[in-house]
Amino acid sequence: MSKKELKENLWGFGFIAPQLIGFLAFSLFPTVAAIILSCFEWDLVSKPKWVGISNFKYIFFSGESDFPLALKNTVLYILYTIPAQLFLALVFAVILNNVGLKMLYRAIFFLPTITNSVAISLVWTWLLNGDFGIINTLLKSLGIEGPQWLTDPNLVMLSIALMSIWWGVGYYTTIFLAGLQSIPNVYYEAATIDGANAVQKFFKITLPMVSPTTFFVLIMSLINGFQVFDQIYIMTNGGPAKASMSLVFLIYQYGFKDFKMGWAAAVSMVMFAIILTITLVQFKFSNRWVYYER
Amino acid sequence: MMNSINRKKMATKLFLHLILILVSISMIFPFLWMLSTSLKSLDQVFLIPPIWIPKPPQWENYLNAWNALPFGNAYLNSLKIALICVIGQLITCSMAAYALAKINFRGKNIIFIAFLATMMVPSQVTMIPTFILYKYIGWIDTHLPLTVPWVLFSAFGVFLIRQFILTLPKELDEAAIIDGANHFVIYTRIILPLIVPVLATLAIFTFMSSWNNFLGPLIYLNSPEKYTVPLLLAQFKGIYITDWTLLMAASTIAIVPVLIVYLLGQRYIIESIALTGIKS
Repeated sequence: MSKKELKENLWGFGFIAPQLIGFLAFSLFPTVAAIILSCFEWDLVSKPKWVGISNFKYIFFSGESDFPLALKNTVLYILYTIPAQLFLALVFAVILNNVGLKMLYRAIFFLPTITNSVAISLVWTWLLNGDFGIINTLLKSLGIEGPQWLTDPNLVMLSIALMSIWWGVGYYTTIFLAGLQSIPNVYYEAATIDGANAVQKFFKITLPMVSPTTFFVLIMSLINGFQVFDQIYIMTNGGPAKASMSLVFLIYQYGFKDFKMGWAAAVSMVMFAIILTITLVQFKFSNRWVYYER
Repeated sequence: MMNSINRKKMATKLFLHLILILVSISMIFPFLWMLSTSLKSLDQVFLIPPIWIPKPPQWENYLNAWNALPFGNAYLNSLKIALICVIGQLITCSMAAYALAKINFRGKNIIFIAFLATMMVPSQVTMIPTFILYKYIGWIDTHLPLTVPWVLFSAFGVFLIRQFILTLPKELDEAAIIDGANHFVIYTRIILPLIVPVLATLAIFTFMSSWNNFLGPLIYLNSPEKYTVPLLLAQFKGIYITDWTLLMAASTIAIVPVLIVYLLGQRYIIESIALTGIKS
């Protein structure tokens, strides 16, 4: 290595050192440790005990673990939120892109995004209160008997999903709007000359051109959806009767309430594997529907 | 003929505005109801039909909420933690991004790919081992787990700034190298002033993530005097389970300062965050 190369290497490592140390200490090491930990039984007090794949057997097959329930609830939450959120965000963005005052509307739509999850979950707990909540009061004035949003086990995931859609739709609208605004106007002008109507323009120009944004939003919202926790902790605390227990809630429960570090690590590993698989599959199939210019 | 087309266009526009106004109302409604409830007395809360403007407004709810738990203290804690995270990340991420974009050193590509790969790992995976680590090194019930890892590692921040540096014209720093400038000079004098926009974006993003972080404080903090705003609010809920006037006053106290900052800089904040969506 020449003196100059050595110097470059020293500069390079010097500049990246803080982040490299952080990467090793707070990302690589804990990720590896989580894999190892998922094969141990440990309550943080007694000695950790190697148990092989028993933790995974336990959470999947024992019938005692809440893991299958938490997985089901989380998937349900994702199915409720993501299609609705994506659809609404795209529709709102298309409308915003075609009217005046779009900056004002955008600012209002974005409002929920900046408020912190605990405060806004408290507000929604109050709105959705089955007996005195304003939503049921309004429904009653229309002659509809409102449901017990947060205490009916069959409804609770939907209620939390509703709140989450409200909370996040403005963020995704904003991202879609930025995507729409980057579509060159000439495409639309050319289509107009060729006699295309608004619907044709939407399906033949807007949708393909915005597909990279759709792809990004889809991946982001899936990853976020799997990590749902704050709303559940505040609004229902996983209840009623564990009907809103999510994967992260279960990790929290195992790790920091029951001190079953092995179980918690095992659940987190399964969650990691699911997110990884879905993301990779999406990337693999993305070339079928995501259209990149150039 | 022309007239009817124009009229149809007008009708469409009106219809679209009507949709947008309805959505806007549904976005603002929860905040207004929060405000309204926070100013009621307990018996006004349960009135049917509900009232919007309580007479007289119960301003003392705010005083009671503020005095019930150490809110001022929590605000300072949240602010301190968020500012440390922001300043620290701006320094370390821009340095690492500079190294990845401008310096040829061994292992650069591997490091870059490894950093990118970590973005796929959900934070809940690292949460359990890092908790154990912090327990052993005595970081539990301190603000260190909420600051040090944030300052020292953000793959997102490094990636965001690196992409931005790569779009800058190369002539500037090449000229500086010919003039004999070293990397420290190029980084501080040439690159840093040029990447201010992306630094602002990262600052907003990090501030919001830290400010709104709930799971972290929930796990790591035990003493109320070290609580952050979201954690204190969660504890508030545990104490005043059904006192909705106090709960809504506390929520308002937690939301309003951020809301004011947002209203002052909303255009800039939204565009910064939209940018991260497109760039990633």
